[in-house]
Amino acid sequence: MWLTNSSVGRKVVMSVTGLFLVLFVTFHALMNAVAIVSFGAYDKICEFLGANWYAVLGTAVIAGGMMVHIIYAFWLTYQNRKARGNDRYAISKNWKSVSWASQNMLVLGIIVFCFMVLHLIQFWAKMQVPELLGEHVMNGKFYLQAVFSQVWVLPVYLIGFAAIWFHITHGFWSAFQTLGVANDKWICRWRSIACAWATIVFVLFAVEAIYFTWFFAC
Amino acid sequence: MANMKVNLKIWRQAGPKAQGGFVTYENVETDSDTSFLETLDILNETLVEAGEEPIVFDHDCREGICGMCSLYINGHPHGPATGATTCQLYMRRFEDGETITVEPWRSAAFPVIKDLMVDRNAFDKIQQAGGYVSFNCGGAQDANALPIAKEVADEAMDSATCVGCGACVAACKNGSAMLFVSAKVSQFALLPQGKTEAKRRVKAMVAKMDELGFGNCTNTGACAAECPKNIKLSNISRLNREFLCAKVSD
Amino acid sequence: MEENTKLAQPVIDSKIPEGPVAEKWTNYKAHQKLVNPANKRKLDIIVVGTGLAGASAASTLAEMGFNVLNFCIQDSPRRAHSIAAQGGINAAKNYQNDGDSIYRLFYDTVKGGDYRAREANVYRLAEVSNNIIDQCVEQGVPFARDYGGLLDNRSFGGAQVSRTFYAKGQTGQQLLLGAYSSLNRQIQMGKVKSFNRYEMHDVVMIDGRARGIIAKNLVTGKFERFAAHAVVIATGGYGNAYFLSTNAMGCNCSAAIACYRKGAYFANPAYVQIHPTCIPRHGDKQSKLTLMSESLRNDGRIWVPKNIEDAKALQAGTKKGSDIPEEERDYYLERRYPAFGNLVPRDVASRAAKERCDKGYGVNNTGQAVFLDFSEAINRLGIDVVRQRYGNLFDMYEEITDVNPGELANTINGENYYNPMMIYPAIHYTMGGIWVDYELQTSVKGLFAIGECNFSDHGANRLGASALMQGLADGYFVLPYTIQNYLSDQIQVPRFSIDAPEFVEAEKACIAEEERLMAIGGKRSVDSIHKELGNILWEHVGMGRTKEGLEKALVLLKDLRKEFNTNLYIPGTVGEGMNVELDKAFRLQDFITMGELIAYDALNRNESCGGHFREEYQTEEGEAKRDDENFFYVSCWDYQGSDEVAPKLIKEPLHYEAIKVQTRNYKS
Repeated sequence: MWLTNSSVGRKVVMSVTGLFLVLFVTFHALMNAVAIVSFGAYDKICEFLGANWYAVLGTAVIAGGMMVHIIYAFWLTYQNRKARGNDRYAISKNWKSVSWASQNMLVLGIIVFCFMVLHLIQFWAKMQVPELLGEHVMNGKFYLQAVFSQVWVLPVYLIGFAAIWFHITHGFWSAFQTLGVANDKWICRWRSIACAWATIVFVLFAVEAIYFTWFFAC
Repeated sequence: MANMKVNLKIWRQAGPKAQGGFVTYENVETDSDTSFLETLDILNETLVEAGEEPIVFDHDCREGICGMCSLYINGHPHGPATGATTCQLYMRRFEDGETITVEPWRSAAFPVIKDLMVDRNAFDKIQQAGGYVSFNCGGAQDANALPIAKEVADEAMDSATCVGCGACVAACKNGSAMLFVSAKVSQFALLPQGKTEAKRRVKAMVAKMDELGFGNCTNTGACAAECPKNIKLSNISRLNREFLCAKVSD
Repeated sequence: MEENTKLAQPVIDSKIPEGPVAEKWTNYKAHQKLVNPANKRKLDIIVVGTGLAGASAASTLAEMGFNVLNFCIQDSPRRAHSIAAQGGINAAKNYQNDGDSIYRLFYDTVKGGDYRAREANVYRLAEVSNNIIDQCVEQGVPFARDYGGLLDNRSFGGAQVSRTFYAKGQTGQQLLLGAYSSLNRQIQMGKVKSFNRYEMHDVVMIDGRARGIIAKNLVTGKFERFAAHAVVIATGGYGNAYFLSTNAMGCNCSAAIACYRKGAYFANPAYVQIHPTCIPRHGDKQSKLTLMSESLRNDGRIWVPKNIEDAKALQAGTKKGSDIPEEERDYYLERRYPAFGNLVPRDVASRAAKERCDKGYGVNNTGQAVFLDFSEAINRLGIDVVRQRYGNLFDMYEEITDVNPGELANTINGENYYNPMMIYPAIHYTMGGIWVDYELQTSVKGLFAIGECNFSDHGANRLGASALMQGLADGYFVLPYTIQNYLSDQIQVPRFSIDAPEFVEAEKACIAEEERLMAIGGKRSVDSIHKELGNILWEHVGMGRTKEGLEKALVLLKDLRKEFNTNLYIPGTVGEGMNVELDKAFRLQDFITMGELIAYDALNRNESCGGHFREEYQTEEGEAKRDDENFFYVSCWDYQGSDEVAPKLIKEPLHYEAIKVQTRNYKS
C-alpha cells in the first residue's frame, strides 16, 4: 500500500490528517469565541456537541486522525533519523529561508500533544465523557470557570497556543506542497496563508483565554 | 589580493569502517583570490612534503558544473556562498585567522569512503530506475517537428541544471533526496518527450529512492536554500503531484 | 611529398571508402559488414570513459544488443568533463535560413582546422550533425527555444552562419546528461555494466588484438582484469600535461598513452588548442584555469591600450581599464581581421593576444591579460539584455575575480564605460590524439578511439561548438556502425578468460610498476614535478614554439623524467585502499611521455598551422604560414618499446578532393 510504504504516500497521510486537524482547531477557536459574546450561546453549542451520535462520531474521527498523525510523525522521524546516519555534523547552520518551525515539527507536535492532553483532562473528560456514561453534566460556562479561575492556566495555555502557531505555520503550507497543489507562486502564497491562518487561530485562542481568565479569575 | 592564514579543522577517516575524527591544521597560508579547494591543495602539498597522507576529497572540473565536489564547510554544504559549489568558493569569503570546519556529507545513503570523500552511487541508482526517455538512438524525428513553448523549455532547463552533487541530501535534516529526484522528474514531466512514461518514471524513481534509505521530505526547504544550482522547491511539489496522479490512476 | 610517405614505412591504411566525399559514408554503410542480433548478444565491448563519446557509444552499442562494460574514474558517469562545455553544439540544420548546409559545415570545419583534417571524416561529421540534434531533443535535452517553440541558434567563432544549438551556458552538461540518461536505461536493463572510480592502466593484447584491460579500482586500490571482444577508449585529451589548463583535475592521458605503448600510433600531438577567453592566472598557487564561454565574444570586444604608457599604468595598477577612453583603445582583432572581428577562430584570437602581450601591452600585473569589454554592448542593448545573455558568466567572473563586468565604472565625455573582464589564452583542447582510421579503429586491431582522445576530425584547430558534435557523432552514429565491421568476424571467438596468461602478466606488470613508484622514496611531491612539467611545456611547447625551444624542452623533459624516477615521494600504502598521490603519480609519468610526444611532433612540423605555431614560420603580418608542400600529412608517432627512446614518425598523407587547400583568411 503506497500510503504506508512510499515516502510520498506517508507524507500524504501526514498532510491530509494535518489539514483535517487545522480545520478542527479553527472550528474550535470559533466555537470558543462564542463564549465571549454570550455564555448562553456557548452552552447551546456544548449541548449540541454532547453525547449525540454525530458529536461522538466527530470526536472519533478527530481522535483517529490525531492518532494517525502522531503515529506517522514518530514513524517518519524514526526513519528520517536513520536516513541521516550515525554521524552528526559538528556545525550545522540554516539559511533564513528555512523556518525554525520546519526543523522542529516533532518537538512542537509533542508540546501541542501535551497541551492537548491537559486540555482534554480539563474539559472533555468532564463534559462529553461523563455524559456518554450517563452522568449529569454542568453547562459549558461552569467548566470554563473551573479551569480559568486558576491563574497558572493562562501561561500554560499561551505556550500551547504558541506551539500550535508554529506547528501550523509550517504544517499548513507543507501539506499543500505535499499534495502537489503548489508551484513557485503558490508556495509563497501558501506560506503567507499558513502564517495568516495560524495567527488568526492563535489570536482567537489567546484572546479567549485572556478574556476567560480576566472574567473568572479577576 | 590579500594574504591570509586560516586554520582548517578537517574530518579525517582512514576508510569506510574506520573511526574518524577532526584534525586541525593551523596557519595554512593562502590568499583571498585563491579558491577554497586550492587552499586544500596547498595544505595537501605541505602534508605530502611532511610525509603524511594528503586529505582525500572529491573534486574534478573546478568550474561548478561536474557536481563532484562536496564538503560541509562551516555548517553549510558547499560552504557559506549561496548558489555556488565548493570549487567556486574563494577565500575572500573567510576572515584572516578564521577556523574553518570541514566535514563530509552526512547521510546514511552516502557512506564515507575516506576523509571527506563519500559514496554517492545511490544517486546513479535512482537515475537508472527511470531518469530517462525510453528511446533508441536512430529513431528520432526532426528536432523541430515538435515545438515546445519557450516557457516550458526554460522551466525544464532550470530543473535539468541539477549537478547531482548531493548537497540537498547533506543539508536535509531527514537525509531526503527529494529535490534531486524531483528535478529529474520535473524535467521530463514538463517536456512532451518525457510525458509518455511519466507515471512509470515517477513511481520507479520514488520507489528506488525509498529503497536506498533516503529520508522522508518534510518540506523544510533546506535543500533548495543550499542547492548550488538553485533548484526550486516547486520541483518537489510537481513530483508529489505526478506521483499522486500516477498512484490514484493505478 | 609522395616520395617522403613512401620512405616512411609501414604505409598507413586509413580505409577511406571509395566515391565522392558526399557519398562515402552512405556507401560505407551500404557495404559494411553487420552483426546479427543473436550474435550481438555473444559479443562484449569495453568502453573506457563516460563523456559524450563514451556514454553515447556505450548506450548505443547496448541498445543494439552488445554487452558493454563501461568505466569511469569519477564517482559517476555524469561527471565526465564533457559536462563543462559551455557554448553549444554545431549542426547543419539551417533552421535560421542563413545559407547553412552540410557542405558549409564541412568546409568551415576543414578550413577552421587549417586544412590538416581528413576530408572524409569531416564530411561524415557534418553529415551526422543533424541526427545528433534530433537524437538529443528526443532524449529530453532542453535546448534553448524561441517564442514560437522552435530551436534557437547562436553564432560562434569561425563561422558566418548561426548553427550552434545551446542550452543556456550549459550545453555540454545537458548533452552529457542526455547521454547519461540513455546509458542509465541500458544499465537498468543489464546491457551495460558500469564501473565507477575505476582507472584503466593497460590494454591486454592477445594474438595481436586488444582483448581487454587492466583497471584499478580506485577505492580498494586493487587491480582488476576485464576481457572483451573489442576495446573502445573515450578518455579525452591530454591538456593537463600543461598542469594548468581548463581541463578537469582528473583529466589525463594515461589510457591513451597505454594504447600508444601497445602500438597504437599517436597522431598530431602538436595540435593543442589554446582557448582565448580564460581568466588569467593570478599566482603560482593555482591548480587550474577557468574558461569563460567563447560566446562572450559575440558581444564582448577585445582590446588593449594603444599607448604603451597606458599599458604600463595598468600593469602597475595605477589605472583601470575603464579609465581609458574609446579612442585610446586598440581593438586589435577588429583591426586585424575586419571580416570576422572578435569572432575569429580560437587559435587566431589566442595568438593575437599573445602577440600584444609580448609587445608589452598586457593589462594586468603579470602583463599576461587582455580586456574583454561589454561597454559597447551594454550601451547598445541595455544591461538587462546583456545580463540575460551572459549574466551567469558575469556572476562567475565576479565570484572568481571580485570584479563585476556589468558595473558602470566610469563616464568619459558622456560615454559610459563598464568594468572590462580580463582574459588570457589557456590550454583547452587537444586536436591530436590516438590515430584512427575511417572506422575509428586504431593501428591496433580491436582497439578503437573516439571523441577527443582520437585525432580525426579537427585537423590543426577545432572550431567552437565542434567538440560536442564530434564526441556525439563518434558515439551515437559512427562507432556503433563501424565497430560491427570489425566484430562481424569475431562472432566465433569465445569469451576470453581473465585468467589467461596475457591478463595475468599485464596485471603483474601494473602491480610491479606501482611498487616501483612507491619505492622511489625521494623528496618531491607529484604536483611539484607536474608544475615543473607544465612550466616547461607552456614555456617551450606552448603558443609560440621555436626549434631551439623545442630541443631545449626535450632535454628538460628527459631530466624531468629522471627527477621523477629518482626523487618522487608518494605517501601511504599500495594495494590497500585509496591512494590519491599514487594515482596522480601514475598519470604524471604518462604526462611526461605525452609532453615529449608534443615536443617531438612540434619539432618535426616545420610550419605553422592551427594550434601549432612555429615562430620561424610566420608571414610578415605575424600570421601562421603553412607548408602544404612538405607537411600536408598526419604525423603518426610509433612507440619504440621504451619511453626513453624517441618515437618513430610515420606519415599519413592527406588527399583533398572536395576542397581546394588555400591560405586561411579571416580578414575579408
